[in-house]
Amino acid sequence: MSNALSAADLVPGEPALDEPPRASSWLRYAALKAGGAVISLVMVVLLGFFAFRILPGDPVRSLAEGRRVSAEQMELLREQLGFNDPLLTQFLRYLADLAQGRLGYSYTYSEPVLNLILDRLGPTLLLTGTAALISVVLGLWLGQRAAWHRGSLFDKTQTGLALVFWSVPTFWLGLILLLVFGGGLHWFPTGGLVTAGTTATGLPLLWDVARHMVLPVVTMVAVVYAQYLMVMRASLLEEMTSDYLQTARAKGLREDLVRRRHAVPNALLPTVTLIFLTLGGLVGGAVTVETVFSWPGLGLLTFQALSAPDFPLLQGTFVVFSSIVIVMNFLADLLYRFLDPRLRAA
Amino acid sequence: MSTSTGSAGTRRVNVAAARRRQALADGWKEFARNRAGLAGLIILLAVIALAAVIPLFAPASVLDVTQVTAGRNEPPSLANPLGTDPAGRSVLALLIWGARISLVVGFAATLVSMVIGTVMGMAAGHFTGVTQAVLMRLIDFFLVVPGLVLAIVLSSIIGPGIATIVVAIGVTSWAGTARLVRSQTLTVEARPYIERAWALGASDAHVIGRHVLPAVMPLVLANTTLTVGSAIIAESTLAFLGLGDPSSVSWGGMLKSALDTGAATGGYWWYVLPPGLAIVLVVLSFTLVGRALESVINPTLRGR
Repeated sequence: MSNALSAADLVPGEPALDEPPRASSWLRYAALKAGGAVISLVMVVLLGFFAFRILPGDPVRSLAEGRRVSAEQMELLREQLGFNDPLLTQFLRYLADLAQGRLGYSYTYSEPVLNLILDRLGPTLLLTGTAALISVVLGLWLGQRAAWHRGSLFDKTQTGLALVFWSVPTFWLGLILLLVFGGGLHWFPTGGLVTAGTTATGLPLLWDVARHMVLPVVTMVAVVYAQYLMVMRASLLEEMTSDYLQTARAKGLREDLVRRRHAVPNALLPTVTLIFLTLGGLVGGAVTVETVFSWPGLGLLTFQALSAPDFPLLQGTFVVFSSIVIVMNFLADLLYRFLDPRLRAA
Repeated sequence: MSTSTGSAGTRRVNVAAARRRQALADGWKEFARNRAGLAGLIILLAVIALAAVIPLFAPASVLDVTQVTAGRNEPPSLANPLGTDPAGRSVLALLIWGARISLVVGFAATLVSMVIGTVMGMAAGHFTGVTQAVLMRLIDFFLVVPGLVLAIVLSSIIGPGIATIVVAIGVTSWAGTARLVRSQTLTVEARPYIERAWALGASDAHVIGRHVLPAVMPLVLANTTLTVGSAIIAESTLAFLGLGDPSSVSWGGMLKSALDTGAATGGYWWYVLPPGLAIVLVVLSFTLVGRALESVINPTLRGR
């Protein structure tokens, strides 16, 4: 596969007469995908604004709920938060703020939303990144093995297990681990990013974080790996009927090489887009896992914003979460074009 | 069949009906051959039956915290086979009552999702030009955007409740169906009989309603079964995050109060395990039935 990639890269473009030169078609593809991503980002920004203003429900009343707030105070609050201005004025102000990187001001933390989000971004990327990496490797490996030995005991147990894990709500698995490790065994810490009040730095700090990551990561991986397994299995099964595998066997390749060099690389291709499409689901998992394990990330921040409720904060986390996922999917589109020699040459 | 008295026209209709019945019977035979799917179907029917008759055995008053007789957080006993919750209510009764909300919300949200997905998918596959471009962008957007976060935003604005959850899940989960329906629509519309219909002067509505819709329905049905499972998970997640109706009992709501009251860290396993196991059992059953249905509809999947 890597040979094929570099070989096609080195061959200078020899465009056929009726085809545009390759560089321009690549650019056009990238521009098309970038345009799509930009439109999606614009939609996130619009949705982030209008959902909070047009849908039924009064942010100020929800804010004042359960507290003794007089009508005058609520009116003052409305005035301060700018809810009394015309919708267009509010929208323009929102756009101007966004252009300068301002995401509003959190009611509950009395701090700019952007600061709160930047503080929490690192832990979330660490948690979801680690979990995604482990689940992709685990799921793809188990999936290709199950497909290659289709109908075997391995295939049946792994597929069955994947279906069960796929049916498990993430937060419940987290609660179970909390029950086992918080109530009974005390092998791993059950909450937070580091031990409270720790002064450790350097390696001891890394070790502390790693120990705190175990349970949240296990929870996310268990629920997420199953879909990669199923996708990889289906994809390889599709490939396994192809004639070129017969050719590879006919020229005397060992079965293992047929799988590793011929079938698996081709089966991997369609999984790339799917892996990136599941990122949105991963983010959803982060919200509940971080809530269960008090992991100080964006997911927990989302939960705190919705429990308050703190609408500017919720709007901010929605915009940031969605933007991350949209940008990642755009990169996946580019990556796919690069990985698939057929598309690259087209 | 009244072949002796009917005209040629009705006979043709009856032949079509007989063929359809035959296809259904064949489909059922194929479905029944899939033991996992059959097991899932039996479990689902049992759960639905149980949820339907529970008011006869445990009236709604057992859920009233002011009328409890048992102590709080009691471990399982003969009187309360699954123990009691932090308010002293029977966990078993809560569990079966909770099935009603989970199933109703799961089905309702799926219905919303399926209707939006099918309409959008057929329109995106049928129309061309600007309409298609706009619809495709919309589908792509909802495919990529983190569904749970959007659902959280929607339901926290509209305010907690069952209807909110149904809308939030339905509105955020249709894109996958739409993409599936669109590709099926493209396949169907490439067939010669559609060209024939166009040549005979069929309208868009005729082609979509009489030709495309019946052709995509089996696919949508199999997809529906799979979607109910994810909708139930989404419902429990939203309820767990506190966006459910606080006055009604649901599996997600039970788990929320388990976390809030420290039942998990306190070791009250009888309040943490049953609701989750119930979700897993029901979602798994829907998944198995959905996969079995898929293999009935798509013969190339058989034996996989």
